[in-house]
Amino acid sequence: MELKQLYREIVNEHNLHPTHKGTMENPDLVLRGVNPSCGDDITLQLRVQDDVITDAKYDGSGCAISQASVDMMADQIIGKKKDEAIKMAGTFVGMIKGEVTDEESIEALDEAAALQDVAHMPARVKCAVLGWHTMQEMLEHPEKALNQTNE
Amino acid sequence: MGRATDYRKDFDILNTGDYIYFDNAATSQRPRQVLDAVSEFYKTSNANPLRGLYDWSVAATEQYENARKKVAGFIGANRAEEIIFTRNTTESLNLVAYSYGMENVSEGDEIVVTVMEHHSNLLPWQMVAKKNKAKLIFLEPDEEGVISKEEYESKITDKTKIVAVGHVSNVMGVTNPVKEIAEYAHSKGAIVVVDGAQSTPHMKVNVQDLGADFFAFSGHKMMAPMGIGALYGRYELLEKMQPFLTGGEMIEYVTRTDATYAEIPHKFEAGTVNAGDAVGLAAAIDYIENVGFDFIIEQEHKLTKLLMDGLSKMPYIKVYGSSDPAKHCGIVTFTVDGVHPHDVSSVLNDDHVCVRAGHHCAQPLMQFIGAGSTARASLYFYNTEEEVERFLDKLSKVREVMGYGA
Repeated sequence: MELKQLYREIVNEHNLHPTHKGTMENPDLVLRGVNPSCGDDITLQLRVQDDVITDAKYDGSGCAISQASVDMMADQIIGKKKDEAIKMAGTFVGMIKGEVTDEESIEALDEAAALQDVAHMPARVKCAVLGWHTMQEMLEHPEKALNQTNE
Repeated sequence: MGRATDYRKDFDILNTGDYIYFDNAATSQRPRQVLDAVSEFYKTSNANPLRGLYDWSVAATEQYENARKKVAGFIGANRAEEIIFTRNTTESLNLVAYSYGMENVSEGDEIVVTVMEHHSNLLPWQMVAKKNKAKLIFLEPDEEGVISKEEYESKITDKTKIVAVGHVSNVMGVTNPVKEIAEYAHSKGAIVVVDGAQSTPHMKVNVQDLGADFFAFSGHKMMAPMGIGALYGRYELLEKMQPFLTGGEMIEYVTRTDATYAEIPHKFEAGTVNAGDAVGLAAAIDYIENVGFDFIIEQEHKLTKLLMDGLSKMPYIKVYGSSDPAKHCGIVTFTVDGVHPHDVSSVLNDDHVCVRAGHHCAQPLMQFIGAGSTARASLYFYNTEEEVERFLDKLSKVREVMGYGA
């Protein structure tokens, strides 16, 4: 898919009309993810009950690819178990880096698989993986992401 | 067909495909004359300069030292020994920070920089200030990008030891009043360090007229190879300074525990020097002088005016810095409402237009102007009106691609 088509068919919708953008009340985990080269800056918030992600929201700003990617990610991980979400992050990052190419793994990413062609745009890889990296970091190292305002 | 079109014939890369290269402030392109000069050096006189006693080494030394003389003449230095070859502006400024700053700035002293400095003329001074417990003071420009007399006269004081200022901002394109600042700084006993990375490709520089005690620039922004740059330093200052890097060919005499150093400039050029690229830099200076700064300035003004006029017709575009195209040095930084600069750059790249997007290594300025990131089109004399028009046409379609109306 060429870049303009990718924007028009996938990215713009999530960037201009995001489903999961906003602030969550009392999230269990909160982590800021920053991409210094672009200035992408998100704060991801997760609610986790019995090892299942029951809600995900993000706030912040950045380029359309970073924002659309995290919005799509939120769609995909809500309702998933923590280890499933971590596995998906591995698949997504692998896909974007061009290391994971088998269709079966990629299909598991559902809509997020549409970003596969970012693999051909090295300058935008960091934008696409920012949300997934942040999510993986907070699930694997929850001590870095504990919500300080929670009792 | 104008002169710009004639010069383009010298740049193979500009004649491949239909790319529009508008990222000249990041690095320029190089003409065949420069590439050939480097290649000729390696083909005919390559040996380690300054060491060997045989013909080839003597020839290499001569070409290297001739390049130094050429640079000295190009920026109006008094003598060739005041030119130190470095890798680039960043290395030149670090040399000054380590060898002069660390030794001459003490607790309670002040270092004055502008908020529009490239990180390369900020971070070395942050380091000196932290290490020596000095204070970093920032000069701020007005809306048009101008640092006023009141501003620098109120912030440069008897406590100021160093004033480090960019000659031309790599974001706003504005030329700072370096001469006036230097005069005032000297009256307060401070020395003046000038980052000339963005000025040397575009205007005639005379370091003595500017009042620069140190002046740093890179070859690669003025058509020379990457990896060669220079530092001008006033003779008396360089003589008193300690070396930045130590090692081979910067010594007089070495014992097991001690060493005496070579005379300047070799004291500051440890290790095998980059003679091949110094020869390339000399060829680039010949090329620039042949084109002439009159033409460079005239062509850049013409293109910048066309570009800014076009941008002003797009209400969703904001241009930073002066409203006068003549005060941009070919650099036009802008944002597109609702579209992140990285997306602007990616969409333009799809149309084979190369522009920079991001913070341009000037994050404090980005914070100051209230933009997280911006896009930047930067021109050089070999760009054409046709390219500017095509750029404007492509840019006018970016918002549509990004989902804003038809």
